[in-house]
Amino acid sequence: MGPVDYFLLLADFLLEICCVVCLLRKRAFSQHFTIVLYLCASIAVGVGRYGVIATAGFNSDAYRYFFYYSDALLTICLYFILMSLYAHVFSEMGISKFVRGGAMLLLAGTAGISYHMVASSTDKLITYFAYELSQNLYFVGVLLTYLLWGAMIKMRENRTRLIQLVLAMGVYFSAFAGSYALGNMYPYLAVWRYVCYLMVMWLPLSWAYTFVKVSEDTRTMTARVLAPNR
Amino acid sequence: MIAILIFGISVLTLLRFFVSYCHSLIAESKSYEFSEQGREIAGVTGHSVRDDQFRRLLQLIALCPEPGDDKGRVRAVSLYFGLLGLTRMLFGWIEPTVARWIDSERSGCAYVAAVMLDRRIAYNRVLMARQMSTQL
Repeated sequence: MGPVDYFLLLADFLLEICCVVCLLRKRAFSQHFTIVLYLCASIAVGVGRYGVIATAGFNSDAYRYFFYYSDALLTICLYFILMSLYAHVFSEMGISKFVRGGAMLLLAGTAGISYHMVASSTDKLITYFAYELSQNLYFVGVLLTYLLWGAMIKMRENRTRLIQLVLAMGVYFSAFAGSYALGNMYPYLAVWRYVCYLMVMWLPLSWAYTFVKVSEDTRTMTARVLAPNR
Repeated sequence: MIAILIFGISVLTLLRFFVSYCHSLIAESKSYEFSEQGREIAGVTGHSVRDDQFRRLLQLIALCPEPGDDKGRVRAVSLYFGLLGLTRMLFGWIEPTVARWIDSERSGCAYVAAVMLDRRIAYNRVLMARQMSTQL
């Protein structure tokens, strides 16, 4: 692990703290509790990863286990954010119970499928399961975000903040699903490590921008997001 | 095979989401009311700015002291503008409708740059007024 890795790790960490501060200052804690939960979990994971690197080393098994399991945990937190965005979009229809139930079923289903995919290679089950689960959840996340964005267009959703949060999630899920797929195709692509660090910065950066710059009352027509020069 | 499929779908959705995200930034600036001076400097006609003005507007933005909160937005729009330029270079010659769409997108980016320039000019005016009042 070189100075660039440490610098990017620190930059991620600071950006996440800034984003939490922005959210708290804008009093968005209760309304977007899952986002705060994810950011706090991500900060804790960052500290934990640094601790494991310092004690066991970057190339140790301990770090590998910690990395994949913490990544799976963060992906599940992201999944909760997506569900809360669904609940916000469909809030007026009063179907949040069904959304929660459906989300839990989908999460359990994805975990089951991931287990089934790695069950044959029992010697590597511990790390493979976490890796497979993250990868599948990212892809399910892409599909669910796309579905949500489609529903928002159909329903002519005009809350700018919500639009930007959903689109930022879409960019993040797609980027990571693509990066996992690329990792499967080219497992030893070293440069991808740095790209991942940069991709991790996307969510706190876009969230901080949205919460600081876009007020709760701002409205944008979805038609303008689809074709702004109309 | 599945990895290639997932990669393909992910890249397509990534492009779709990123373009929509940039659109949401552009759409937000369409409601902005220009000052007369800003309109003149940026070359705004109605609700559009020519895409070839983008670089000039960026240079003007760089000359103005920044309020400290729009740097990220300038970078995001510049990145989108650059990506559009690259797409035009690679695919624009195949299909003229693609080139037309890219031109209209780049014009949207130039509009955002014009809005940011006008905001910075307004900020400068406030700074100068403050300085004048303290000197008096």
